[in-house]
Amino acid sequence: MNWQAIRAIYVFEMSRFFRTLLQSFVSPVISTSLYFVVFGAAIGSRIDQVEGVSYGAFIVPGLIMLSVMTQAISNASFGIYFPKFIGTIYELLSAPINFLEIVLGYVGAAATKALFIGIVILGTSALFVDLSIQHPLAMLSFLVLTCVSFALFGFIIGIWAGNFEQLQLIPLLVVTPLVFLGGSFYSISMLPPVWQTISFFNPVVYLVSGFRWSFFGLADVPIGLSLLAIGGFTLLCLAIIWLIFKTGWRIRA
Amino acid sequence: MSMVQINNVRKAYQDGFEALKGASLEIHEGEILALLGPNGAGKTTLISTICGITQPTSGKITVGGHDVVSDYRGARSLVGLVPQEINLEPFERVMNTVRFSRGLFGKPKDDALLERILRQLSLWDKRDNRIMELSGGMKRRVLIAKALAHEPRVLFLDEPTAGVDVELRRDMWKIVAGLKEAGVTIILTTHYIEEAEAIADRIGVINKGEILLVEEKTALMTRLGQKELRIELQDPVETLPAVLAARGLRIEEDGQVLVYCYDTAQDRTGIATLVRKVSDAGLVLRDLQTRQNSLEDIFVGLVSKQEDAA
Ligand SMILES: Nc1ncnc2c1ncn2[C@@H]1O[C@H](COP(=O)(O)OP(=O)(O)OP(=O)(O)O)[C@@H](O)[C@H]1O
Ligand SMILES: [Mg+2]
Repeated sequence: MNWQAIRAIYVFEMSRFFRTLLQSFVSPVISTSLYFVVFGAAIGSRIDQVEGVSYGAFIVPGLIMLSVMTQAISNASFGIYFPKFIGTIYELLSAPINFLEIVLGYVGAAATKALFIGIVILGTSALFVDLSIQHPLAMLSFLVLTCVSFALFGFIIGIWAGNFEQLQLIPLLVVTPLVFLGGSFYSISMLPPVWQTISFFNPVVYLVSGFRWSFFGLADVPIGLSLLAIGGFTLLCLAIIWLIFKTGWRIRA
Repeated sequence: MSMVQINNVRKAYQDGFEALKGASLEIHEGEILALLGPNGAGKTTLISTICGITQPTSGKITVGGHDVVSDYRGARSLVGLVPQEINLEPFERVMNTVRFSRGLFGKPKDDALLERILRQLSLWDKRDNRIMELSGGMKRRVLIAKALAHEPRVLFLDEPTAGVDVELRRDMWKIVAGLKEAGVTIILTTHYIEEAEAIADRIGVINKGEILLVEEKTALMTRLGQKELRIELQDPVETLPAVLAARGLRIEEDGQVLVYCYDTAQDRTGIATLVRKVSDAGLVLRDLQTRQNSLEDIFVGLVSKQEDAA
């Protein structure tokens, strides 16, 4: 393993993040506060409890997941698309590194940024509602795993994308709807039966449910299934990336 | 000792275009090899294939004995590449991007070395500037600094002096000479024949994906020292009279022209005697021409000969 190279990529990518640290910090704080004002205050005053948890607290895990997933995807996809776009990818291709090292560097940095934002949102939420975390270790593991798997997914998008529109396309058309319909702001059990069945085809439901379980001990689907879903998704992304580098698809002419 | 070995390499791009058609070339350790060729000859493709930016369709390339495909780590850790295009992140700072290059090649941090490199390239004052704040020539030097940052044994310079002013070009030549002193093997591509003359040990000519010639510069220069006397005749001859053939004359253009090659460095060129012998043989002169061979002629000659053959 070329650890120096992984470190170099990671540090280089993170330095981009630190340059805009204030912006990276302020925007999730503001958007989380807005969510609390809109969902917590407006809707929460009508639905005061969901399965024994105050509505304000209930939406916290979903809120974190929402930001973490979109951030992980956009960071990772941009991180690898940018060198392709401006041509600096020549250096990655001519360096004595393999696909795993490139992925560790870029995905590691993208996941770290997403994790940071997830924690900022958690902290901001704690200012608005009383939060108890029943399984802190599971919570952290879920959070990290989500950051990593969605950063991997974003990495694939970044390699696939041929222009900036395509870079936005998948997150906009696929990920955002799945996340909003994934039970971030409601419990699946609140839906009519048909929609409940449909929801179980949405992979994000398993993640949000598992993550919420680590907070409150309640879940829409069994926790084992949640773990299986996220583990499977991670492996799938890894396999696709391996294939991409093996064939040189969209990277090596 | 050979440093880079290229064996019958073919490269077809995805659209089916064959940019390399069985190129073979051996690059010796410590030499400066200049690759000359017109636009689209395949220079960049050849370099890209050696450096791992594209995969060869067939054939074999080794660097320092390491196969560039199967043992890419071994091969690539020896190679530095200065690309033809200025590919740099505009918002990055000079020092940062150079440091990145070193790390990427698995080398431990060594800011003292980076300082030496940046000073040598007159970039030290600009180390904290963003790339977009540099001039074009400075950006090109940043690319060189990035390639040198990981201490390559072989350096590829793809048109390092394209769009560079005369002064900077001379600087570049000095830098290249300094690297050669340090034992680095250098391959550079160029469109400027005088550049190849000025710095190369050997000169290669590539066109349409084929390497047409690789020769020691000094050998080429001796050929350049040759002058050609062309004697145009009133009436064409079919065979050369024996006296003239003995002096090394040959016939061209269906017997209309006699050609005599001689070395300008010699005391006696023998032209006077020759002209007399021609008249003695009963041939009537119509015109005389002398021509000095230049590298340009050799180059153009090779390229157009290939065109005719196609
Ligand atoms: N990615 C690509 N896909 C298809 N064809 C390509 C690609 N890259 C280069 N070519 C073609 O391969 C041929 C050789 O190109 P190359 O860039 O190697 O030439 P070159 O000798 O470096 O030219 P120049 O002096 O203009 O830089 C050209 O005809 C070019 O159009
Ligand atoms: Mg070129």
